[in-house]
Amino acid sequence: MNSKRKILAAPYISWSVLFIIVPLCMIFYYGLTDRSGAFSLENIIAITSVGHARALRRSILLSVISTFLCFILAYPLAMILTGMKKNQHSFIILIFILPMWMNFLLRTLAWQTLLEKTGVINNILTFFGLPRLKLINTSYAIVLGMVYNFLPFMVLPLYNALSKIDENVINAAKDLGANKIQTFFRVILPLSVPGIISGVTMVFVPALTTFIISSLLGGSKVLLIGNVIEQEFTQASNWHLGSGLSIVLMIFIIINMVITALFDKDGEGSAL
Amino acid sequence: MKRLFMIVLAAGIMITSGGCGSGNREKDVVIVYNWGEYVDPDTLAMFEEETGIEVIYDEFETNETMYPKIESGAAGYDVVCPSDYMINKMIQNNLLMELDFDNLPNAKANIGSQYWEQARGFDPENKYSVPYCFGTVGILYNKTMIEEPITSWAQLWDEKYSDDILMQDSVRDAFMVAEKLYGYSMNTLDPDELQTVKDALIAQKPIVQAYVIDQVRDKMIGNEAAIGVIYSGEAIYTQYENPDLEYVIPKEGTNVWIDSWVILKNAPHKENAEKFIDFMCRADIALKNFEYITYSTPNVAAWELIEDEEIKNSPIAFPDLSLYPNLETYVYLGEEGDSLYNELWKEVKSY
Repeated sequence: MNSKRKILAAPYISWSVLFIIVPLCMIFYYGLTDRSGAFSLENIIAITSVGHARALRRSILLSVISTFLCFILAYPLAMILTGMKKNQHSFIILIFILPMWMNFLLRTLAWQTLLEKTGVINNILTFFGLPRLKLINTSYAIVLGMVYNFLPFMVLPLYNALSKIDENVINAAKDLGANKIQTFFRVILPLSVPGIISGVTMVFVPALTTFIISSLLGGSKVLLIGNVIEQEFTQASNWHLGSGLSIVLMIFIIINMVITALFDKDGEGSAL
Repeated sequence: MKRLFMIVLAAGIMITSGGCGSGNREKDVVIVYNWGEYVDPDTLAMFEEETGIEVIYDEFETNETMYPKIESGAAGYDVVCPSDYMINKMIQNNLLMELDFDNLPNAKANIGSQYWEQARGFDPENKYSVPYCFGTVGILYNKTMIEEPITSWAQLWDEKYSDDILMQDSVRDAFMVAEKLYGYSMNTLDPDELQTVKDALIAQKPIVQAYVIDQVRDKMIGNEAAIGVIYSGEAIYTQYENPDLEYVIPKEGTNVWIDSWVILKNAPHKENAEKFIDFMCRADIALKNFEYITYSTPNVAAWELIEDEEIKNSPIAFPDLSLYPNLETYVYLGEEGDSLYNELWKEVKSY
């Protein structure tokens, strides 16, 4: 039995060694050395420099806001979906997932066309004689892009968790005299924690590290830490600094996971 | 340690690309790495037809994104077309091959002597590079949106044009604008001057609509912005598409640049690379490329073939540079200079 299991694991183990472990080791190697190859913490400490710290703060702020907005939008939707009959909700989920069949970059570019100064939204506004809005190249546009792109990652785990709640548990709560609000806060919400955790992680992590949304919808005016790292690799050709900053970012992601894991007593959410 | 990683990496690449790698060796190819939309695709097809050499063509958006790929050597390019200061850097870092001009008769005959002269600024003995395009950096503005004449970089700081200004999203071009505004050299490494320049760029940031590169062209054509920093070659194209646009070289002076063909030291197909460069220097081919990409050609033989007198004597395409004061060409700033500029640029961008 045991040896059979090992054979079955072989494809994935070789995959993860080649494409996860080895790249990770390279990031740590580059991040902890300078250009001459000597050990150095300089690339990690570099996060404290004015530009980097500001970019990191802004990234955290925008991704926290986006995660929160996704949660506020997704939770009621997930609850509505759970309350529906099987054939109805699969249709709504289909509609919801449909945009994801199109490439992520194209969807973001489409937002660019909508939000531009002479774009669709502003043209409609001017048609009705209203003043133009400054939409694109702001932090708001980036948050919008993040929420739009990552919302499905919040809805699906929430829906999964909510639909797993046994109807009898809710009925028991009602039997025991809990009103709707009490049932929600004391039964439904605690039972959906694993879903909240995977939803939050699946939105927060890509939002924290994104660089393409900020460069397309931010006009390169709003610099996130993802952009800094991208530019270190592609423009400044400083792989050491890029890797060092990536390590710092990983630390923030680990902190996020530790915090969420504290809430997740059953360990279900970590099935991410 | 570093070598170990490289071996692991190389092994990984070989496993994944084993099949096509052996295919490439049998066929006659030349691998070209050029700026985006910087050649007429027809000329590539003509080259393939005439020589039987297949062109594998790849594009980059800035000199800065091109360099790390070349430095790592992983891509195996033969011919690249970087700008002046980057060629200088590549020469200093021993990445380029000395050219054998006996194999480049068209280059010797057709490229104007003044351009060889100018190229000595970054390639002192004209040993490594063959000029392909040249031009200036200036201001493109929309005459219907801007009433006053544009003459100075300072007008990019004018709050009247708030949210209508496009700046270049590459460190040297963005700094050049502010450096020229204050009358500094665009190659300055003076900390006080750079501090002033950085503060100026930060002060300008709230009224800038976006920092873009190739998109300046599309946004100006589409009336999305009123005024932007652009390369002269793009300016001619934008005027074809939108006659309201006007290009000026500001009075404080600007950058005069040359993009040149070079062959990499470790080029796998050296002879094909020479054939490719020489083909690009043929008068009819250079003319075809000029008409397609509208970047000024240093190929005098091609210039003579231009039929449209207006273009032939266009002050944008072929300006009389002696009329403009304070023209400069970028030079490579060294590793420390580069990282100083990058650091300041990040402060501007993250502000």
